[in-house]
Amino acid sequence: MKNEWPLWEVFIRSQHGLAHRHVGSLHAPDAAMAINNARDVYTRRNEGTSIWVVKAVDITASDPDDKQALFDPAQSKVYRHPTFFPMPDEVKGL
Amino acid sequence: MNTARHDYLLRFGDNALILSQRLAEWCGKGPALEEDMALTNTALDLLGQARLWLSLAAEQAGDGADEDTLAYLRDDRAFRNVLLVEQPNGSYASTLARQFLFDAWSSLALRRLLVSSDAAIAAIAEKAVKEVGYHLRRSSDLMVRLGDGTERSHALLQAALDQVWPYHHELFTGDAVDTEMTAAGIGFDPASLRDDWLAYVREVLAEATLSLPKDSGWRPKGGKQGLHSEHLSKLLAEMQVLPRSHPGARW
Repeated sequence: MKNEWPLWEVFIRSQHGLAHRHVGSLHAPDAAMAINNARDVYTRRNEGTSIWVVKAVDITASDPDDKQALFDPAQSKVYRHPTFFPMPDEVKGL
Repeated sequence: MNTARHDYLLRFGDNALILSQRLAEWCGKGPALEEDMALTNTALDLLGQARLWLSLAAEQAGDGADEDTLAYLRDDRAFRNVLLVEQPNGSYASTLARQFLFDAWSSLALRRLLVSSDAAIAAIAEKAVKEVGYHLRRSSDLMVRLGDGTERSHALLQAALDQVWPYHHELFTGDAVDTEMTAAGIGFDPASLRDDWLAYVREVLAEATLSLPKDSGWRPKGGKQGLHSEHLSKLLAEMQVLPRSHPGARW
């Protein structure tokens, strides 16, 4: 449909969260209205303290066909997990 | 009992209640999911405000009335809302034009009530003014998007605005109740809001590339005194049917 409003992806930072988290998408004619709509659709139950909206077409996504090349190599590298290394008791704050 | 204060509370309560009911008619029928949610959010905000105003009015009357009997068991002549809010929804453009004119007024009116000498009234205004601030932002934004949108959205919105425009005059027309409330420091002179209201409306309409409607000289009024258009009776018939046909019904 030609007159359909563009799609926006909505990110909300919750009361205690530090990062904005993707919560869903919506349609709106422009960025300001997308913020309004996000407020009305996604923060009705006091979910958020901050809203980001991004045009869905502006998001570059990884290609599902690249999944093996991108992610499989990390599977065999367990030493990248912080729990892999035993920590001496003297080290505080971990 | 101070009947002027009672009437005054009913005016604010009924404006919120009737407009809430009108907006609720859109529930499930909005032009887009996002608009549907936004309108019903606004309707619920207004319903919450209506409950506060009507509860306060009932408390003052002290005759066994409560917010529910005031909402569901009064006849149209006992309602004190302005004619603007009872006007039918029409198209989405008509609903929006009505909402914009009302929000712009309501936001100014509530700000005046923040400094009311009546602490209970000031407290309601304090809660409501934040909600209405958002309603106004939203209706103003939409006026600009649709006014300055496509040729068709512009034409529809201009026609809707022209149609609803004469009803704004009543918002700024005072009577004996207003005079008494103003003198007591409880309320404000309605006419004193007009300049600020018009300045704001002009600003938004200019951005929306819409023209300020011409004054046709027709200035319908009477709602504040209980003289309504036939639209209100039909609205009340639907809103009140359950408590009237099943008195005392409970969940």
